[in-house]
Amino acid sequence: MTKPEDFYALEKPIAALKEQIDALLLAGEPGFKEKVAALRLEIETEWQKLQPRLIPSQIVQVARHPKRPLTLEYINALMTDFMEMHGDRRFGDDPALVAGLAFYKGQTVAVMGHQKGRTTRERIDRNFGQMNPEGYRKAYRVFREAEKFGFPVITFIDTQGAYPGIGAEERGQAEAIAFNLKVMSGLRVPIVCVIIGEGGSGGALGIGVGDQILMLENAYYSVISPEGCAAILWKDQSAVQQAAENLHIRAADLLKLGVIDKIIPEPPGGAHIDPETTFKNTDKIVHQTLTKLKAKTADDLVDERYAKFRKMGVYVVS
Amino acid sequence: MSSLWTRCNNCQRILYKEDILDNHSVCPECAFHFRLSASEWLAMLYDDGQFDVCDHEIKPQDPLNFVDSQPYHKRLADNQRKTSLPEAVVNGLGTIGGMRVAVSALDFAFMGGSMGSVVGEKITRAAERALAEKIPFIIVSCSGGARMQEGALSLMQMVKTSAALGRLEKAGLPFFSVLADPTTGGVTASFAMLGNLNIAEPNALIGFAGPRVIEQTIKEKLPKGFQRSEFLLSHGMIDEVVPRKNLRPYLVRALRLFLNKSA
Ligand SMILES: [Zn+2]
Repeated sequence: MTKPEDFYALEKPIAALKEQIDALLLAGEPGFKEKVAALRLEIETEWQKLQPRLIPSQIVQVARHPKRPLTLEYINALMTDFMEMHGDRRFGDDPALVAGLAFYKGQTVAVMGHQKGRTTRERIDRNFGQMNPEGYRKAYRVFREAEKFGFPVITFIDTQGAYPGIGAEERGQAEAIAFNLKVMSGLRVPIVCVIIGEGGSGGALGIGVGDQILMLENAYYSVISPEGCAAILWKDQSAVQQAAENLHIRAADLLKLGVIDKIIPEPPGGAHIDPETTFKNTDKIVHQTLTKLKAKTADDLVDERYAKFRKMGVYVVS
Repeated sequence: MSSLWTRCNNCQRILYKEDILDNHSVCPECAFHFRLSASEWLAMLYDDGQFDVCDHEIKPQDPLNFVDSQPYHKRLADNQRKTSLPEAVVNGLGTIGGMRVAVSALDFAFMGGSMGSVVGEKITRAAERALAEKIPFIIVSCSGGARMQEGALSLMQMVKTSAALGRLEKAGLPFFSVLADPTTGGVTASFAMLGNLNIAEPNALIGFAGPRVIEQTIKEKLPKGFQRSEFLLSHGMIDEVVPRKNLRPYLVRALRLFLNKSA
């Protein structure tokens, strides 16, 4: 089978236009605004040609794009006074998850998310956003604080998966995730989850149980990585494309299946081409969602959340 | 080899089948625990081997039209034929030590005991039945994890089942998780680790990530005994390693203690 083209090759014309925009913005010479607007239109035209042709394995590359906005950038764009909380009070602090309190629209929220890191150094330090048990237990701590003080919870999801390591198994990775699923299912404050990049299996789900699950247009969410699936079911690493297709991992597929509730549109070229617009779109939908949830009683929230996940799945009774 | 004889997977000795069956499907020579089917588990745990089967009418679909080396719907049909089961879990209802208990047992022979929509739904129904009847709940896990062929729908069953167990806990009803070889992935990372007691069979492989995936990630060999029951016991993840012949009496005692019913 022929290997499909890399998204990074396909996006070259758009990336070049984006570079021109960045240069214009940096120089700030007279008339730059008009020039930038014209270039943005060109990006849009290119994207309209490219986007319909993108196959799921290329969407995965968009979701993993090294320039794609990361959790901390969302927090800084949408919120103020982010105060990070560290540690699970049991073993250590997991830098793959950032968590804490911040103001969102003038109200304290508990916010957290996988943080992959931008530079190579940072990526290594943050374990590429792959959490260990202490990360899930830090999240748990923050959930409980949120519940005690009545703060809504917002989570940003962007991980390839929970870390498969010796220490992770020794300290109970499975238990840490399972426990969060149970706790989040019953938490008596609103929870909004936003899948911003990679929704990698249980590692994503461990902070991914909410009243509303929002998902960026070019993010993916899957029971297993397309690579892992290809290796197990096809016994062939080059079957990633078929695996990605069969798994139905795109936002539009998952909306149809009832796994997510709303798609957050991305700007032409993808989130990394225009982070400002990405943040604006995310802000708008998160705010709308949270406003609706805050009007509900804690009992209704918990009952509706249970009912929402209760009905997921497809089977027949005969 | 005649059908009266079989070879132990562990010590390689040729054994008389009757002797193994008389010994709870444990090798009389080396104590290797042969894998049990869901029906065998239920028959072994319930009083006199008697129980009602529930939710048998719930059957799988192929919501994603998933095709790998063969279409998922064909794989399902083959597994149904092979195991005579509609899916990878059997829900039972009956008494253990005279106490009414709901038990769900996963069957590894059906697609590796993997959890798709039906397994999630049936586990949830069993938990909700236990809640309605105010009785304890036991799950015997033996599974490779979430079923890939149902994509994210399988992943969501982890939430559904864990949420149902949360409700059981809130109502003060005990839930025990029995872990058999192997229990990994999305099953371990949901209901299998949420027991008020987590109990494992000897030497069962129990973990989140599979050993091969870990080896590939860290690029080193795993220590001996890694992710085995005794390893989990020493790391505080399970309450006890219980040999099969002791399991029923262990559960009867556990039920009595949790239900505050002295003999
Ligand atoms: Zn033997």
